[in-house]
Amino acid sequence: MVYTAKIPVPASNKEISVSTGLFINNEFVSSVDSSEVIQCFNPATEEVIASVVAGSSKDIDVAVAAARQAFKTTWGKNVTGWERSRLINKLADLIERDSQELAELETLNNGKPVAVARDFDIGDSIQCLRYYAGWADKITGQTIEVDNKNKMAFTRHEPIGVCGQIIPWNYPINMWAWKVAPALAVGCTIVMKPSELTPLTALKLSELVVEAGFPPGVINTVPSLGNVGGAALSAHLDVDKIAFTGSTITGRKIMEAAAKSNLKKVSLELGGKSPQLIFESADLQQAAAWTALGICYNTGQDCTAGSRVYVQDSVYDKFIDVLVSTVKETVIGNGFDKNTGGGPLVSKAQFDRVWGYIDAGKAEGAKVVLGGERRNTKGYFVDPTIFTDINSEMKIVKEEIFGPVLSIGRFKTEEEAIALANNTTYGLGAGLHSTDASQCMRVSGLLEAGTVWVNQYNMLSNNVPFGGKKQSGIGRELGSYALEEYTSIKAVHWNIGEKLQWPL
Amino acid sequence: MPYSDTNSRNPFISGTKIEAVLTSLSHKMTSTFTYEFNTPIYKGKTSFDTGLYINGKFVEGSDKSTIDVINPATGKLITKVAEATPKDVDIAVAAAHKAFETTWGLNMGGAERSKLLAKLAQLMEEHQQELAALEALDNGKTFTWAMDVDTTFAIDTIRYYAGWADKIHGQVQETDEKKLSYTRHEPIGVVGQIIPWNFPLLMMSWKLGPALATGNCIVMKPSEFTPLTAIRMCELIHQAGFPPGTFNLLTGYGNTVGAAISSHMKIEKVAFTGSTLVGRKIMEAAAKSNLKDITLELGGKSPNIIFNDADLDQAVNWAAHGIYWNHGQACCAGSRIFVQSGIYDQFLAKFTEKTRSLKVGDPFDVDSYQGPQVSKLQYDRIMDYIQSGKDQGATVHLGGDRNGTEGFYINPTIFTDTTPDMKIVQEEIFGPVGVVIKFEDEEDVIRQANDTVFGLAAAVFSQNITRALTTAHRLKAGTAWVNCVNQLHSNVPFGGFKQSGIGRELGEYALHNYTAVKSVQVNLGHIM
Repeated sequence: MVYTAKIPVPASNKEISVSTGLFINNEFVSSVDSSEVIQCFNPATEEVIASVVAGSSKDIDVAVAAARQAFKTTWGKNVTGWERSRLINKLADLIERDSQELAELETLNNGKPVAVARDFDIGDSIQCLRYYAGWADKITGQTIEVDNKNKMAFTRHEPIGVCGQIIPWNYPINMWAWKVAPALAVGCTIVMKPSELTPLTALKLSELVVEAGFPPGVINTVPSLGNVGGAALSAHLDVDKIAFTGSTITGRKIMEAAAKSNLKKVSLELGGKSPQLIFESADLQQAAAWTALGICYNTGQDCTAGSRVYVQDSVYDKFIDVLVSTVKETVIGNGFDKNTGGGPLVSKAQFDRVWGYIDAGKAEGAKVVLGGERRNTKGYFVDPTIFTDINSEMKIVKEEIFGPVLSIGRFKTEEEAIALANNTTYGLGAGLHSTDASQCMRVSGLLEAGTVWVNQYNMLSNNVPFGGKKQSGIGRELGSYALEEYTSIKAVHWNIGEKLQWPL
Repeated sequence: MPYSDTNSRNPFISGTKIEAVLTSLSHKMTSTFTYEFNTPIYKGKTSFDTGLYINGKFVEGSDKSTIDVINPATGKLITKVAEATPKDVDIAVAAAHKAFETTWGLNMGGAERSKLLAKLAQLMEEHQQELAALEALDNGKTFTWAMDVDTTFAIDTIRYYAGWADKIHGQVQETDEKKLSYTRHEPIGVVGQIIPWNFPLLMMSWKLGPALATGNCIVMKPSEFTPLTAIRMCELIHQAGFPPGTFNLLTGYGNTVGAAISSHMKIEKVAFTGSTLVGRKIMEAAAKSNLKDITLELGGKSPNIIFNDADLDQAVNWAAHGIYWNHGQACCAGSRIFVQSGIYDQFLAKFTEKTRSLKVGDPFDVDSYQGPQVSKLQYDRIMDYIQSGKDQGATVHLGGDRNGTEGFYINPTIFTDTTPDMKIVQEEIFGPVGVVIKFEDEEDVIRQANDTVFGLAAAVFSQNITRALTTAHRLKAGTAWVNCVNQLHSNVPFGGFKQSGIGRELGEYALHNYTAVKSVQVNLGHIM
């Protein structure tokens, strides 16, 4: 039985049709053994907008088998880089064609503003696919001189095989593209598990996968709960690699499951508690603007959210004034409203979690200088909230909140600033604002993070690698680096002239 | 220093005159070429402007002269196209410079360049049949080959380099914390590109792809013998949305426009594909003018070595492809066929039979394998070589004569009984003329194979992979084919050893030809 949901778009009197089955072998199918469904909510209205089939662990088996079959017959080493490139480019073209509808669907299920979804999430995704389409015919190994005469050696960068990919709800389409593009470019096949909170756009994209002409089984999409489908993928003996973006707690479980099963290769892009340092020489207006972007973009639901800001004593008061007035300009509202800069939080659970942190911050004695008050309306809206007078032991300073909640501390010296910034188990992003070039170089070298932004924040490019140090992750996405996550290197040693004397 | 000389020599380069000249470019005086193909294999119409393409406009040449474009299948005029002269080179260079400084070069991001190149590839795909037909008409190659190889490979190449445009990386060098040292791979600037007549569109794509991907601006001269596809491409380039001046096309002669490009003080790099003779002149001109960077892809006299233990039928097929493909007008043509004595007679018999089976005929006939040579000049040159082979005592084993009475057709020709000092063994003929030479052992053949000033390509056939690879490694050539010949891919580098050239085209390697590496060293705290 195959299902289709018709989801009304209130703002435009349209309907978006989404296939709600499991996408396996280029077809939408029902579960082999379960009648469970996942309900999808609109976080701006708290209403259910669709239900999709919830995949079971048996469905994961079916999807993995489909991906394995494709890898052996139509994809993997059976297809040239040029053909992979062509198909990925085609997929990008189709997403570009449908970007408005995809954006509206993203807004309905995730809450973010339509323009942001269309121009940033989807615009960047199209570019990401095109970028990796360009890599597909540029996978090169090395030839290695051994003795220039009798022996040669070379490396082949082969696709790993079947990849499980588990993606989060904060950027459903964009994280889909980050995962799918490099895997397809090098010739892997995919079993994708979108977040149970936001599975709709991944299903919609699956329709485009068929239209682009990918062979059946190359990309399979199985919406499922993390502890069902995610657990099954992580522990699966025929999945060669698992890539995950999400919380550190879940990342740890996935790595454990990989260790206990077939030692599958793991890449993890996890949480953060990213610091920004504002030095006294900084352009304070600019620093405030980037700080606002760092904590308010995507309503703080961003793994690199700049959630701890440390300001040098001499400019502290002035910076707080500028920052508060800058952040005040942020409009949190319905994603279909053109004035909205940020949507609601994605779910009730997330809403409760963020309020839990705000309440904890107040209880532990931090001072609220902006926000911190509940709205009494429908929808999971949280206005930007800024805490000062913090200390390193507070929950709001130590833990990832994943909402628009900023903690601001102060420092006297550069050494102190670096110590504060690095005082965390995370290491995803970090920012520093200073007009002293030597200081920029020194501090960027000492910050423990996979990405350091100098006089800017949260800006990514498809050709620049991204990933975490410490407990923020393993491996790198984007750039040529991501290709390494999906290839296994085979060294071929070839004897063309040496005669072996035995015994030695 | 050289720039001030140029300015005094060239009124267009300095001051406000550039603007005036560029805006005065008018396309009104140019002609339109219209042609209706009504052939067994392709029916369709083409129509385009035959002017020079400068600063995004079709214009007539400064001297208002034209070049006759001849159909090699008939020897008759196809059309006239505008002729560029050195004055036009100055104008085109000014346009290219302006684009480089304002809209292209470091003014446009790689992702955007990528998009434009991908768009161009798509437009070429949409016009593939038309381009292939024009190529067949102008060059004489068969429509089938033009479809399967020239146009297909050209589209692949453009698409391949579209992919590189947003992947140009420098390095960061670790020094110490008081210093930041990194490299930028910057576009060189205005580059001159001079392309040959044997694969007009394909060579255009090899040149254009990496140059535009890395952000250079181009002044290109196609061969005066085969300018049509290049001119047709200008409209597609225009349609794709490249800013005016990014790409400029000057149809003209080598000793005027080619010479002006090579010696131009404001062209910072010249890339040439053609004969070794002309390549040398270009390098000299670069040396005498502004020491511009050069890449040269020149001639060859490539050996094809067939050992006793080769798969004989396969070796015959590949050897025929090696020498007869594109009527022998390929710089990598396997024109010296070395066959080991144990299979020599058998090989020659089968190779003769294979050669006989190749149909020479009209490029638009479905079953034609070989069309006419490109020009009367080329026809005469090849016939002179054939005559010299006879005069020097070689045996014409097959062919050696004209095919038909009209057009520049030559029958596929096999020479035997040659000696190493004969012209037909030493020099590049660039026609369907192969010499088959018997050899005894590996040492002997490697010595003979390497006994040439050229070093473009080589091939070896053996079922013993150790022998095949050892031989391939000992041959002095930029490309060595093992159990195949004339295989090229957009991601595999191509270029010559010895006097066959300088630099490499295709693959990532070609990007180095079009980037200047700048080291930036920033002092962050080292006190002097």
